[in-house]
Amino acid sequence: MKLDILYFSWVRERVGQSQETVETEAVTVTDLVADLTLRGAGYALAFVDTGAICVAVDQELSDFNTPLKDGCEVAFFPPMTGG
Amino acid sequence: MAAHVQETAFDFSAEVTSFQASIKDSGAVVTFTGIVRDDSGTMDHMFIEHYHAMTEASLQKFVDQAIAKFELEDALVIHRHGVLKPGEAIMMVATAARHRKDAFAGADYLMDYLKSRAPFWKKEIFKDYTEWVESRAQDEEALAAWSQEPKV
Repeated sequence: MKLDILYFSWVRERVGQSQETVETEAVTVTDLVADLTLRGAGYALAFVDTGAICVAVDQELSDFNTPLKDGCEVAFFPPMTGG
Repeated sequence: MAAHVQETAFDFSAEVTSFQASIKDSGAVVTFTGIVRDDSGTMDHMFIEHYHAMTEASLQKFVDQAIAKFELEDALVIHRHGVLKPGEAIMMVATAARHRKDAFAGADYLMDYLKSRAPFWKKEIFKDYTEWVESRAQDEEALAAWSQEPKV
């Protein structure tokens, strides 16, 4: 299946791009992170501590056990600092 | 009830005047404005990144929650993104309620949610380096406190 992946803040900087479409068989967000980590050193650095990053699936804050389906938009970012 | 995300500056006075003119039954309006602060005195500017597809919907959700929780007549949130200089207003909140306690609490609640649950990320740009602002444990504690507290 294909997923649209977005990266923000220092996750974006480490990965080296703000968005991409990936082909994956990942069942959950955790599986997807394992796939992405293999894509290069920047990815490995971005995902070195998943406790330090958040995920949103289809624009809803989610956890790493969330199941994924074809066409999902998955965003990775550090804790938010608005206000 | 409105939530706006914009790159341009907002006119605080005009926003408050318009907000106040639109309310009918409230005896209290509370406003809060967040300003770019430069503790070091060496920051050139702040850059605020956001998740466009998610931001306005999440702000609207917090506004709706605040209105329901504190029986507000209305609430307004404006949050900027992009490049902001020290001293510029980042965001504002306005709440209207029959009594001041609900208006204050509603504004406080909205601020706590905006701090930790709205998809914005602040980066501080100094002359020689840049730094992403880190989230603070006390912001999470402030959020947790709202779910423990009995309704005001």
